[in-house]
Amino acid sequence: MTDLSTSIEAVPDNWGGLGGRGLTSTIVAAEVPPTCHPLGPNNKLIFAPGLLSGTAAANSGRISCGAKSPLTGTIKEANAGGTSAQIMAKMGCKALIIEGQPQGDSWYSLRLTPEGASIEKEEKLIGKGNFAVVEAIGQRLSESVGLMSIGQAGEMQMAAANISVKDPDGHLRSCGRGGLGAVMGSKKIKFISLDAAGGKVEIADMEKFRAANKTFAKALVDHPVSQALGTYGTNVLVNIINEAGGLPTRNFSKGQFDGHEQISGETMHDLIVERGGKPKHNCHKGCVINCSQIYNDSAGNFKTSGFEYESIWAMGADCAVDNLDKIAEMDHILDDIGMDSIETAVTFGVAMEGGMLKFGDSDEMIRILKDEVAQGTPLGRIIGSGAGNVGKIYGVTRVPVVKNQAIPAYDPRAIKGIGITYATSTQGADHTMGYTIATEILSVGGKADPLSKEGQVELSRNLQIATAAIDSTGMCLFIAFAALDNATCLPALIDMINARFGINLTGADVTNLGMNILKTEHNFNLAAGFTNKDDRLPEFFALEPIPPHNAVWDFSGEEIDTFWNF
Amino acid sequence: MQVQVKLFAFFREGRFKEEGRELADNTMVGQVVDDLGIDREEVGVLMINSRHCQFETVLQQNDILAIFPVIGGG
Repeated sequence: MTDLSTSIEAVPDNWGGLGGRGLTSTIVAAEVPPTCHPLGPNNKLIFAPGLLSGTAAANSGRISCGAKSPLTGTIKEANAGGTSAQIMAKMGCKALIIEGQPQGDSWYSLRLTPEGASIEKEEKLIGKGNFAVVEAIGQRLSESVGLMSIGQAGEMQMAAANISVKDPDGHLRSCGRGGLGAVMGSKKIKFISLDAAGGKVEIADMEKFRAANKTFAKALVDHPVSQALGTYGTNVLVNIINEAGGLPTRNFSKGQFDGHEQISGETMHDLIVERGGKPKHNCHKGCVINCSQIYNDSAGNFKTSGFEYESIWAMGADCAVDNLDKIAEMDHILDDIGMDSIETAVTFGVAMEGGMLKFGDSDEMIRILKDEVAQGTPLGRIIGSGAGNVGKIYGVTRVPVVKNQAIPAYDPRAIKGIGITYATSTQGADHTMGYTIATEILSVGGKADPLSKEGQVELSRNLQIATAAIDSTGMCLFIAFAALDNATCLPALIDMINARFGINLTGADVTNLGMNILKTEHNFNLAAGFTNKDDRLPEFFALEPIPPHNAVWDFSGEEIDTFWNF
Repeated sequence: MQVQVKLFAFFREGRFKEEGRELADNTMVGQVVDDLGIDREEVGVLMINSRHCQFETVLQQNDILAIFPVIGGG
């Protein structure tokens, strides 16, 4: 972006077998100086579809976005559904690398087509929210183009800013975590449009590919978790995590929320049906799980989609808000402004602890988002800077962050394995990096006692390795439930990759891929100045027992550090 | 003895969210599941007083039993 030029480069040989997170992290590690300022000219913003994106493979429409994170200072990959991954793959684009920084105050957009990339000046949409961008680009170009954009939060380079990805119905998915929207804002890019013009992904062995996809899709469809996700969405978790005593409530001061039933997946399902919404909705073509939904307001008008458990937990239990419509209103605003719903809501929980506003005051949260954050007032910028910063500003000690990124919806004192994931993740606290909840709480892929330390480091390690590999395929992480329980699922996935590229990967190759990605990311962080002392949870988790189990975080630093023994 | 039973997700359909039940001493969790007409194959998670348990676990006076189908998210 420094000289506003574009070029198309051949894929280096050693990057050929990579996609998604594997590719974004490899490029960041190779080309971004680890000590650079994340919002300066030396950071790079990379987008990459997965290895199977753009094919008919079920659930393969995730796009990965990578950079050095302005929130954590670590390497970062965030992935999302929507249509962009498939369009990018169909135009034969393996990755988009955005580098440098323009001089001056002008804003730009990028346009990707099979002919190449072009940079255009943008004026009209600056200062606008993501929904206005979707609507305007639909009229200016076409409804069918792929679109990735930032809202006001990204323009203002807030550390909680995300990147929105348009879905097939013009709603939004998000590369949510780590402030990647701020990196896009620092490059002065408001949106990226993508048009494959009918291109197709080549398949080396179509017959083998089709057979493997059939087996794979069947494993997904048959798994009962997939069926529950299609009915209740991810929000089915509110009640079970609450029952297990691990639902962080009132800024992580309790493990159960009195208002859990009002914000639960069961209540949400009934409201959706009653108001003529859709309990099932796919964020990309080819998804057979349909965990998204269309949530309407009480008048029957669209309010939000992709209404996730973590968002609902964060704006709900963590802020002591028990009204699903208020939470949906905030979810919509966050999509529009372009902010991570986990980081922003956990920030509100810390701000409530500090006295900025009262627990449960959803009207004030909505006012702050609209009148302060979207307008860029000093208070709005404080909220947009994340939970760690607000904790410092308000002198709060109960600040749930690791590497400055907000801890999501599972208390690590009552569910200890996920605490290992939060501590050791290469990207700050993030449940999706190694989802031990499956084993500890849901009894999927085996069982582990959530209140015991036994086997948790190994569990988190195995899941983090597997996740790094899955994140490289373009697959939605929710294939993991079927993969953990159904022996046909993972081999079918590997068969599809082999059939797509005409190669012969084995299960061991895939595990090695996952290990290599983790090590690449870890080495970037070490070179950026992180040490094992950063792989720790905040002190309050060891000092404050959490009811109902009155458990504390009791892993020693030495125990946590064994995570990296592989 | 008195035991509080909670049901979740589609197990609530045609049944209830939460109900107090009078049970004979030494009743096992599995018997409660069977009496509710819930297929054991569909059960994903069982908890007594917020701790995971088995079909064979024997219930005690004033226990809170939670019965979940196979569910997931994240």
